[in-house]
Amino acid sequence: MTAASEFIKKSRSAGAVLLAPYLWLLVFFLAPFVIVLKISFSQTALAQPPYSSVFDLAAGWRGLIAFLSGLSFDSYHLIASDTIYLLSYLKSLEVAGVSTAILLLIGYPVAYGIARFPRRWQPVLVMLVILPFWTSFLIRVYAWINILQRDGILNGVLVKLGILHAPAAWLASDTAIYIGIVYSYLPFMVLPLYATLEKMDHSLLEAAADLGCTRMRAFWLITAPLSVPGIAAGVLLCFIPIVGEFVIPDLLGGSATPMIGQTLWTEFFSNRDWPVASALAVALLCLLIVPMTFYERLQRRELEGRGNA
Amino acid sequence: MKRGLSAFNIAAVALGLAFLYLPIAILVIYSFNASRLVTVWGGWSLQWYRELFADTGMIESAWVSVRIAALSASAAAVLGTLAALALARLGRFRGRLLFSGMIYAPLVMPEVITGLSLLLMFVALNTDRGFWTVTIAHTTLTLCFVTVIVQSRLVGFDRSLEEAAMDLGCPPLRSFMSVTLPLIAPAIAAGWMLAFSLSLDDLVIASFTTGPGATTLPIRIYSEIRLGVRPEINAVCTIMIAVVTVGTIAASLLGKRTAMQRERAALAAQV
Repeated sequence: MTAASEFIKKSRSAGAVLLAPYLWLLVFFLAPFVIVLKISFSQTALAQPPYSSVFDLAAGWRGLIAFLSGLSFDSYHLIASDTIYLLSYLKSLEVAGVSTAILLLIGYPVAYGIARFPRRWQPVLVMLVILPFWTSFLIRVYAWINILQRDGILNGVLVKLGILHAPAAWLASDTAIYIGIVYSYLPFMVLPLYATLEKMDHSLLEAAADLGCTRMRAFWLITAPLSVPGIAAGVLLCFIPIVGEFVIPDLLGGSATPMIGQTLWTEFFSNRDWPVASALAVALLCLLIVPMTFYERLQRRELEGRGNA
Repeated sequence: MKRGLSAFNIAAVALGLAFLYLPIAILVIYSFNASRLVTVWGGWSLQWYRELFADTGMIESAWVSVRIAALSASAAAVLGTLAALALARLGRFRGRLLFSGMIYAPLVMPEVITGLSLLLMFVALNTDRGFWTVTIAHTTLTLCFVTVIVQSRLVGFDRSLEEAAMDLGCPPLRSFMSVTLPLIAPAIAAGWMLAFSLSLDDLVIASFTTGPGATTLPIRIYSEIRLGVRPEINAVCTIMIAVVTVGTIAASLLGKRTAMQRERAALAAQV
């Protein structure tokens, strides 16, 4: 603790610094979750808004008892009994798991390659990786529709080269979902990997080489273990949002089994079943709470470990 | 130090970049295609751009998106910087764990959850949904990104400068304004830009929280894409890519120039 921060801490401005963002997040981030939780225990109703409230704050203690006895588990019962929801969850986990593995396989060599380039080249290469991330997500998915559609470029090239005799259906398939996800999330994998690989002490590799270690062995014994924090950050940064992904499967995928984000979207916008949509959100959050806690701990160590040292 | 740059390294980077840029390049090229069909190249043409600028609905949506992005990015820059200061400088305080949790969680939270929960709250509060609800939602999402960027700058710089100012009797607010703020200004600017582009980009949260009269550009593009590929959409996308590319390159060049000037000034001071 330094003198300056001690001073800030004591002065009244400390409260002011903290108050605005704290209140904002309590009101617009935490409170909405409580409401989702509440609505997930409500009953579906054909009304506007389409749910019947089960908790009347003004009624006080008696209201609370009435609330507890009025809790409806209908929505949870429904998502536990109808297999479409379970299949949706499994599909999301499968897509997220497989595409995260592909991302790691593609992202690692790229990040490693960038870290080996001469120092003055590295910022340019990093910027080239970041730049597509700044362009719209929607645009990047749309770019693939251009390529993958039936009369698109991929079919055109493959037919012209004689690899395919007739145009194949690339869109509306799991392949298209994987291509779209890997394409969109690649920067999220490469950047944290690069950040750890770039900090690595190269004299370790030189020492290993001097002692007669082959490059391949040195990689597995030194580079790979040292890059574990980067791998963890990249994997979590990709896996968690992919599980809840909506845009990519909706635009590129088929209608066979929807991912959980699509199911939630349909329940909400098409079926107008808000309690079920909320219950799906709560269940999705329960699924992601463990990886999210890991990610949060990683972030905190990265950003606060250095500062307090 | 010896840095063995093997052919494998170069190939990996080159292939990775090709994978990232080829689809975008194809998209841009076909926005200039005179033919409506994607497979048929009908020569260069600006036809789709003309049609785009005649499309008042699209222009209106773009304007809505830019206003929401500018407002929410500015609010997020202020709130995010305050949050970063709290996390980097206040040490332990009551509720810190909850606070940092609320900062880091939105970074990876699936958008369908954030969007749904914010909408349900706006409904519970009986608010009219539209321009302002989307702005509030985007501020909440992007302030966390600003916090992370500013915070990593705050822990990175030499704190003795702040302490020196305090020791010399500078009041906290003034030492913040004249020492800390100039040092973290580039990070705040970068955070603002990221917040702006995230807001401009967002489809899911905006779809949940919007109301009549506030159709953002991604919502409009999305509803058109669902009907299939249209060259006008390629033209919109090309314009957005061009704006982002010019903005990012200009920002990084500007950053480089100020860094060089600062170095030169430091050198001159030593001499």
